[in-house]
Amino acid sequence: MGFKNSIIWMYFSSPRNFYPIAGKVIPWFAGLAAIFTIIGLYISFFLAPPVLSDQKEYYVIIFIHVAAAWMSMFIYVVMSMYAFIGLVWNIKMSEMMATALAPTGAMFTFVALWTGALWGRPSWGAYWVWDARLTSELILLFLYIGFMSLQSAIDDPRRAARASGLLAIVGVINIPIIYFSVRWWNTLHQGFSVAPNQTTQLVDPSIFWGMITMALACWMYTIAVVLARVRTEILQRERQTAWVQELVGNQK
Amino acid sequence: MNAITDFFHIGGYGFYVWGSYGVTALFIAIEIYLVVRGKRVITKRLARLGRLNNNANAS
Repeated sequence: MGFKNSIIWMYFSSPRNFYPIAGKVIPWFAGLAAIFTIIGLYISFFLAPPVLSDQKEYYVIIFIHVAAAWMSMFIYVVMSMYAFIGLVWNIKMSEMMATALAPTGAMFTFVALWTGALWGRPSWGAYWVWDARLTSELILLFLYIGFMSLQSAIDDPRRAARASGLLAIVGVINIPIIYFSVRWWNTLHQGFSVAPNQTTQLVDPSIFWGMITMALACWMYTIAVVLARVRTEILQRERQTAWVQELVGNQK
Repeated sequence: MNAITDFFHIGGYGFYVWGSYGVTALFIAIEIYLVVRGKRVITKRLARLGRLNNNANAS
């Protein structure tokens, strides 16, 4: 990384600089999220085939289920990266990003489990089975909950960030377990729909693009809502500083 | 049955499909509400604390 780049990163790592920039980009990401959602839902409900050879109409759950499951894993990886940067280089802004990502990650994990249950019932005949994919995804939900509870249990924000950051980093081991579980073990859960190094597409193109569009919608939504949450976190943690006092209308 | 009721019926699987999409929409709505409210609450609280401090300093 060049000198110029490191200057840019230093600039963004200051909560005071990050706060207004985040505020400016939120409406753009929210707008993109809305557009991708509309396109994604249109593909899912109108363009994708109504039934598959082995799945009836309920398979349309795939579009929200896969997107939510991808997000649940991806957000965890990003969250633990921020936690790692915060832990190693002691960057407050990084710790705050990890904190802001956790609730959205937990929400998507719950949605993945919930939609999975409602898909499992008509297709397997059971809402829940203790299969490797489902169980490891449930553990992911507990990791998010653990991360958030640990933070709220410790009063000092720096100590809270260190303890929960460590948990986040150790927990990252669960991500490859979730992802490869359908390959490593004999699971009731179906295998990859979109696989790495796959030359031929496993699913119909409209299904593939529906999943991709819904995933993009979830990504844009996540960026918007996490930036909004991190702004509140900044206000909370920087409340003693002159710029926050000025922002909320107090003269120092 | 007309096209609209057909659409919501989803071949008899409406409960599972709308249960999935509905709960997702509900969770997203709740999350947005909580984030927006959180920002408002903290801004108000900080402003109030600031006023209290100013009054304490003035008297």
